[in-house]
Amino acid sequence: MFSSSKYSNGRRELVTVDVAIILTPFIFAALTPVLYRFISKKYIGWLVLSVSFILFLFLTTYIPRISDGEVVAFTHEWIPSLGIHFTTYLDGLSLIFSLLITGVGSLVILYSIFYLSRSEQLYHFYCYLLLFMGAMLGVVLSDNLMVLYGFWELTSVSSFLLIAYWHHRKASRAGARKSMIITVAGGISMLAGFLMLYEMSKTLSIREIIGNVEAIQEHALFVPALVLILLGAFTKSAQFPFYIWLPDAMEAPTPVSAYLHSATMVKAGIYLVARLTPVFGGEALWFWLVTGVGLFTLFWGSFNAVKQVDLKALLAFSTVSQLGLIMSLLGMGSVAVYLGNSSETIIYTQAAFAAIFHLINHSTFKGALFMMVGIIDHELGTRDIRRLGGLMSFMPLTFTIALIGSFSMAGLPPFNGFLSKEMFFAATLHIQELNIFSLDSIGFLIPIVAWIASVFTFVYCLIIVGKTFFGKVQLHLLAKHPHEAPIGMLISPYTLIVFVVGIFFFPNLLGHYILRPAMASIYPTFPTTQELTPHIHAWHGIFSPELWMTIFVIVVGILLYRLLKRWKPIYRALPQNLSLNSLFNNGISFSESFSNRVTGRYMTGNLTDYFVYIFLAFLMIVGGYFLQTDIFSWSPVDRESLEVFEIILVLIMIASSVGILFAKSRITTVFLSSVLGYSVAFFFIVFRAPDLALTQLVVESVSTVLYLICFRHLPEIRKEIQPKWIKMRNIFISLAVGATVTLVGFAALNYEKFITISYFFNDSYELAGGKNIVNTILGDFRAFDTMLEVVVLFIAGLGVYTLIKLKAKGGGTNEN
Amino acid sequence: MEQVMIILIGILVSVATYLILSRNMIRIIIGTAVLSHAVNLLIMTSGGLKTGNVPLLGHGDGPFTDALPQALILTAIVISFATTAFLLVLAYRTYKTNGSDDFNELRGMSDE
Repeated sequence: MFSSSKYSNGRRELVTVDVAIILTPFIFAALTPVLYRFISKKYIGWLVLSVSFILFLFLTTYIPRISDGEVVAFTHEWIPSLGIHFTTYLDGLSLIFSLLITGVGSLVILYSIFYLSRSEQLYHFYCYLLLFMGAMLGVVLSDNLMVLYGFWELTSVSSFLLIAYWHHRKASRAGARKSMIITVAGGISMLAGFLMLYEMSKTLSIREIIGNVEAIQEHALFVPALVLILLGAFTKSAQFPFYIWLPDAMEAPTPVSAYLHSATMVKAGIYLVARLTPVFGGEALWFWLVTGVGLFTLFWGSFNAVKQVDLKALLAFSTVSQLGLIMSLLGMGSVAVYLGNSSETIIYTQAAFAAIFHLINHSTFKGALFMMVGIIDHELGTRDIRRLGGLMSFMPLTFTIALIGSFSMAGLPPFNGFLSKEMFFAATLHIQELNIFSLDSIGFLIPIVAWIASVFTFVYCLIIVGKTFFGKVQLHLLAKHPHEAPIGMLISPYTLIVFVVGIFFFPNLLGHYILRPAMASIYPTFPTTQELTPHIHAWHGIFSPELWMTIFVIVVGILLYRLLKRWKPIYRALPQNLSLNSLFNNGISFSESFSNRVTGRYMTGNLTDYFVYIFLAFLMIVGGYFLQTDIFSWSPVDRESLEVFEIILVLIMIASSVGILFAKSRITTVFLSSVLGYSVAFFFIVFRAPDLALTQLVVESVSTVLYLICFRHLPEIRKEIQPKWIKMRNIFISLAVGATVTLVGFAALNYEKFITISYFFNDSYELAGGKNIVNTILGDFRAFDTMLEVVVLFIAGLGVYTLIKLKAKGGGTNEN
Repeated sequence: MEQVMIILIGILVSVATYLILSRNMIRIIIGTAVLSHAVNLLIMTSGGLKTGNVPLLGHGDGPFTDALPQALILTAIVISFATTAFLLVLAYRTYKTNGSDDFNELRGMSDE
């Protein structure tokens, strides 16, 4: 079922290459700390860069084949008994992500070579970065859900390490911990969702799940699996309300923010949603969750970005917002799966197309913008927009990056963001015309929210450019005199800027070679003859509503930017202690103090309390079981009659045992306890057990002596002064335990039994040469018991000896 | 006979439980001793009482009383004796070191 012949469209001699793509970063991650000793610090970054760039070149060789509709798959059996295979599956969607991971990765590494100081522990940095790159490639190339989950968690771990790279800073550690808690919590729920998928479809392969998706859609676990998997995707992709880790993750070095928190890791959730659209896409819940959460995140992120004063935090919120945009587009695109294969479906598949398109665009301009902020931070020592301003004449090259990146993000021509923003508006307008999923009643809100969010996006883009590069320069607030960045730091952002502009002018090149096969991966059920890829136009005509929406965005956006000081106070309207961050922090500290309090409540350190728990558990489990089932039955039939002296013996035992409870002095206690022991010996005589009677007599005598010896050293028993309710509780528990044991005894007595096996021992003379059956059992038939019992005695003797001889620590005296 | 024995065992268990729930060290140790008496008698009773002769070949004819529970109890007696002896010395030692035989007072000692 998992043989590679099923995926035979991949050429056999090349298939190992895509396994190598995943493994190479890991191998070099392991080698980096070793090589670090032999090569100069200068070159470690270049080595890592070459690894990543060679991988990128490798992947580009796949573009022609993938765009021809080919799929490269390879199965390597890992744990066949559990159906876990190391299956790599390279199709259009995986290819886009792997190209982004290696491509943006190469640029980021190049940038980091110039950004990071030589005095840093560079091999840590590059080791983590390579780990992350390998894990991310594993996420997008794995076909097996369990393998995907493994790589997914590895991205969380390596991201944790990278955020806390400057681990001597408190904020770095806090940010790393927060992102770890949130993304791993989401990852765990995703794992649960994956297991449900496995339960429904009996396979872990995404291909095969998509292959028989009809079988699982009616299953009871379908909706829980959907919600749990979406939780994983939303936490990873920083959707509302889980986005709060992303702004805090900005404590990482800027190359990390550019790479992980704008171009790659945060898009893992997007990848998952796109990948599983064929499985869950037709569901109304999926549509509303993905679209609704995405749209709200889009609005909330852009709304909050405006109030930020730290450039990196602003970019973090803008990333949140843009991820929401992509997510909502994927949600709108999932409608097409519901509608099936008809002519009008194509309108809705364009939403998914726009999502993938914008994903690429976002990686280009957001990567460039982060690098721009890194340059400013690096050259001026601050990222606070209140201290920046008027840098245009000092840093013209950096200004160009900021300008092009921001205008692309705002959706202005002639940059690639314009194209995807137009397609986004078009998709929102199309989706409200549908009358499924109750879109006819509230669907009109979708384009309105999208438009408002775009206005805020425009405003914060103006803030990035305006507050940083225009206005008056405040030299007295800057640590260093502003000057242009070294050329090495500018190469990477300029490469990205070339793409920002290039994609605008040649969008269909990208569309044909990269996006078309990805669309086939999102909609595998549609026939290949169907043209899912629209021709991208920059110009929709003067009367197209999306153009007018853009124009109004610009007009209202400029107006809002001019009046920023007037309306900024509304951010203070929301009280600080209601923000999601303080909710998160309070939640963490509350759960800590709550568990402390609960543990402090029942772990009293008082031995009696623990005994109470044990006895109550016994009562509930054993007694409860006997109450539930009617095993207990009373039959008055007695096998043996009771004689007078036996009655007397019983009465003596009852009297002496109850007497212990009321004994005032320790000598009475010992006396009564001995009476009890000797009565037991008498019972053994009555029950025809001479060996037992002998042993019991001897043991009881020795015990009594021991008690007396010990008592010489112990104080007189004091009267226990306890509250009345504790006394009542103890009496109740004791009576209940006794009653339960009695019940169990009766039940066992009247229960249907097997016949005894003891007749076997009656042959003891023939088998063991002994006439005393009990002794032959102890010495011959079951001699192991006896041997170990002797060991117990021996250990106890040693223990006693040690305890007495042991030199007392502290104030204790040592007596022999 | 068996039913009377079981009631007796129930009473012994009640007494033992009450003693174990006490705060005094010696009362707890005596409680465990009472509990082991009860358990020994329970094993005896569940094997069937007085169903035959003493399990000694050559002293009268069969059927003999079940010898297996007797062997088990013999082992149990010795083991409970060993633990009781150890507990007693431990109690003695605890009292010498901490100066108290009350578990409520022993709570929160520095070496807890």
